[in-house]
Amino acid sequence: MSDTICAVATKLGIGAISIIRISGDDAISKVNQIFQGKDLEQVESHTIHYGYIKKENEIIDEVLVSIMKAPKTFTREDVVEINCHGGILSTKKVLELLLQEGIRLASPGEFTKRAFLNGRIDLTQAESIMDLIESKNETARRLALSSLRGSTKKLVTDFREKLKQIIASIEVNIDYPEYHDIEEMTVENLSKYVKELEENLDKIIQNSKDKQLLKTGIKTVIIGRPNVGKSSILNALLEEEKAIVTDIAGTTRDVVEGEVTLSNLTLLMMDTAGIRKTDDVVEKMGVEKSLRLMNDAELVLAVLDGRCKLEEEDKELLNQLNPQKTILILNKQDEPQVLKKEDFPSFHVVKTTTKQENGLDELKQEIDKMFHQEQIDENDDAILFNARQVALAEQAKTILKEVANSISQGVELDMISLDLQEILNTLGMITGDTYQDEILDTLFANFCVGK
Amino acid sequence: MYNVIVVGGGHAGCEACLACARMGQKTLLVTGNIKNIADMPCNPSIGGPAKGIVVREIDALGGEMARNTDKASLQMKLLNTKKGPAVWALRAQADKITYPKEMLKTLSSQENLEIKESLVEDLIVENQKIQGVVLEDGTKIKAQAVILTTGTYLKASILVGSDKKSEGPHGERPSRFLSDRLKELGFTILRLKTGTPPRIEKSSIDYDKTTIEEGTKENLTFSYDSKTSLASSLQIPCFLTYTNEKTHQIIMDNLKKSSMYGGYVEGVGPRYCPSIEDKVVRFHDKERHQLFLEPESIYYDDIYIQGLSTSMPHDIQEQIVHSIKGLEHAKFIKYAYAIEYDAIDAKQLKPTLETKLVENLFTAGQINGTSGYEEAAGQGLIAGINASLRLQGKEPLILKRNEAYIGVLIDDLVTKGVKDPYRLLTSRAEYRLLLRNDNADLRLREYGYQVGLIDDERYQKLKEKQKQIEKCMEYLKEEKVTPSEKINLFLEKIGSTKLQTGLSLYELLKRPEVKISLLEEVVAIPFEKDVKEEVEIEIQYEGYIKKAKKEAEKMLSLENVKIWEDINYQEVGNIASEARQKLEEIRPLTLGQASRISGVNPSDIAVLSIYLKRKKYE
Repeated sequence: MSDTICAVATKLGIGAISIIRISGDDAISKVNQIFQGKDLEQVESHTIHYGYIKKENEIIDEVLVSIMKAPKTFTREDVVEINCHGGILSTKKVLELLLQEGIRLASPGEFTKRAFLNGRIDLTQAESIMDLIESKNETARRLALSSLRGSTKKLVTDFREKLKQIIASIEVNIDYPEYHDIEEMTVENLSKYVKELEENLDKIIQNSKDKQLLKTGIKTVIIGRPNVGKSSILNALLEEEKAIVTDIAGTTRDVVEGEVTLSNLTLLMMDTAGIRKTDDVVEKMGVEKSLRLMNDAELVLAVLDGRCKLEEEDKELLNQLNPQKTILILNKQDEPQVLKKEDFPSFHVVKTTTKQENGLDELKQEIDKMFHQEQIDENDDAILFNARQVALAEQAKTILKEVANSISQGVELDMISLDLQEILNTLGMITGDTYQDEILDTLFANFCVGK
Repeated sequence: MYNVIVVGGGHAGCEACLACARMGQKTLLVTGNIKNIADMPCNPSIGGPAKGIVVREIDALGGEMARNTDKASLQMKLLNTKKGPAVWALRAQADKITYPKEMLKTLSSQENLEIKESLVEDLIVENQKIQGVVLEDGTKIKAQAVILTTGTYLKASILVGSDKKSEGPHGERPSRFLSDRLKELGFTILRLKTGTPPRIEKSSIDYDKTTIEEGTKENLTFSYDSKTSLASSLQIPCFLTYTNEKTHQIIMDNLKKSSMYGGYVEGVGPRYCPSIEDKVVRFHDKERHQLFLEPESIYYDDIYIQGLSTSMPHDIQEQIVHSIKGLEHAKFIKYAYAIEYDAIDAKQLKPTLETKLVENLFTAGQINGTSGYEEAAGQGLIAGINASLRLQGKEPLILKRNEAYIGVLIDDLVTKGVKDPYRLLTSRAEYRLLLRNDNADLRLREYGYQVGLIDDERYQKLKEKQKQIEKCMEYLKEEKVTPSEKINLFLEKIGSTKLQTGLSLYELLKRPEVKISLLEEVVAIPFEKDVKEEVEIEIQYEGYIKKAKKEAEKMLSLENVKIWEDINYQEVGNIASEARQKLEEIRPLTLGQASRISGVNPSDIAVLSIYLKRKKYE
């Protein structure tokens, strides 16, 4: 028993058609009330029907109606989709009619929620649907799709499976203490297994964080002395990609002032106002603020004037930069150069001439390279998908560290097992699984015990 | 006219009728054969991981199994001593003659209790309320409450190879009609199977080819009240041997001759207790399987071959046994067999063990789908207590999962039901750190006293112990040691780091390598052994215990949300259809119980919780 909900599924007012989706027990009968054409309650599931939406005798719109009966639908409930002619007015009118029929307007995400509640998708898949809709770039789209196909679930499940094996081994030692033929869990082999788990989890978390960065965007700052060409680099990036420059609130401290979408990545430009107005970010903000900015940033574009020798300010700046996340830009290549690439062996270096927009492609390639986007391995797309999932994994990692410690201190098996089960539970929260009966199943499947 | 009739005199029945009689109910025990009261038709042992703690819990609540085992033990063993205090487990080899004899003595001398030898074949039910039982000869006996503890006797069949006989253990007559009657009343009937290994003659074993397995040489008892324990010198050892490739070949060659693989068995066997043919088939790459040779009694010659339960025909059984090292010339006393029997679906029970279908009808033990003497006894005790409390018009006793293994057992049964015979394991208890062998009295004696099964003397003993524990804790916190040469030498000896400054004994005991028993070499800790043991565990595992308690509290917050009995789940919107169906079937009493039903997800619980809150305000 669930009430019936409806919503406009396409963007209102844009496009040649718009679709209204209705889901719930009364979806078919209620739509049938306002439909002129075949009797929708008599038609086969998964069929499309031509007809009119009528209010009393007035025809509101000419439509195609898809009838999909439970359970093979997105929500596993009866679903009807009405394809109306595009345009705000007629779509709204059809929607109003449905509401008058007693159908409730769906709250945001409610169709997905029902799909989850009715067991069609698991938690990670539900989350990735939202992400798929909101994908900003190709990487984000690809990752969301991968997760929707169940890769996140598999990633977590595989790891939990390994953990379960270890717990089951401990449990069988405890519940069947006199079975000498079963591998005994000792400090040595437990330490080995736990270390493997730790490495495994570490890799998952690291890869997830890397990939998430790509999904959400990379915090980027441009930095350098006055008149080295910072604003022209920014403008070149912005114009080239036709990015929208708006004020977007980021975290409480940061203000993202522009987004540059490269093919695989999105750069979130921080504090561009400083650059654009005075072209003098270091001086204006003071050392402390520029330090904070550089620390927070995931990518620093440091611009130097290739024609001049390094000044004191440049040297100070170079000292403070983290070469791992910095690209040095030697600008103004159209004139004789003093600075050479080889002068900066620890940095990624790119030569540009912003006046002619030379070197921009190299810059973009360098950014791609820095974030491992030059070669895409779809196998690595299995990641923890959002902050919630990563936080749970981090929590699990913390406990795993404690476990390793406890083992070396000689803490008894029982306690070790309790800690491992806590990890199993924590990770189970990612996918919405619980452990209770799983251990017993593993135990009996793998060990030969009994009278 | 009786207050309570208990049907069946096995381990569940004994605890049930004793509890009722001791709680002042006029009680009748009906059993098929008085000689078989408290019989042990399978293993000659009581206790082990989880099960041993159940025996302690029975004792704490005022039941009989622990005291009776102490009178009958041939060997005591403390298991898992190196794996953490929560999983320490006592196990006794119990004499199969002494145990039933002592139990019968207790039953016979119990006030308010009568015993009748007969089979019950029908129940008298009016308006969905129990009124009494009908015996096989048609005699009607009236009672206000009935407890069914029929064990494996409902439509029992014994299977050996292709041979199938309608009888119970020891060739006893089964109850033929009672399970049909239960079906008529609306109970779902399950067919379950279990089995037992062959018994061989003590003197026909070549012990030189086996390994000896001795008991623990300490004075150990199950009961908190037993004053004497089995002397170490009187302990009888077990012996260990193994199957081998030849054994496995014989089994594989004759697989179709076993009842199980020949297709003669309908019942579902226990996962944790597979027959030897099951083990060989499922774990075919294992080169050998362990077998324990256990003495059954000092009064006769039977040796029980633990690990060799089978339903092969007699000649194959002989081939199998004779292929085993040390058993080449073994003489058979009894052949192994499988047994099939009817059980009810425990999901049709309330957590009090009263059936949902018939008022004042209770069930306990194997009829509820469990296996094991200890599991049966624990349920029997609770059924007896709750039947009596019901007749006294008092609130029932429902033990929670953080209070007792018995609570875990019953909650699992009534919430999840069983597919194969249920055995308690420590892994089933999520708060097992709280459910220890050492603290069963501290957890449960208070309940035993409240219901009237623990007398004043024993209750005072508990109060005194609690006081001593507090005192001991204070003492350890106040008593300081200085970094003297004596102390540091001692610490060095036990592999601990030396002291730089003074430290309380309490702080010192936080070090895992420092134990009270060691510490007593250098400082006096003037308290009883059980008190010191308790305090030591509390100090050494404080962090883990705290964590377990916190988890338990989380569970209790759900447990304290009651669901009214006539809730209409159709009214609760947005619950997954599978969850709705399960909730309707089990009708949990609390939100906590609901959350443990498989197929009911956290999101369903969230929705249900909101519904319950909203309804409360309406």
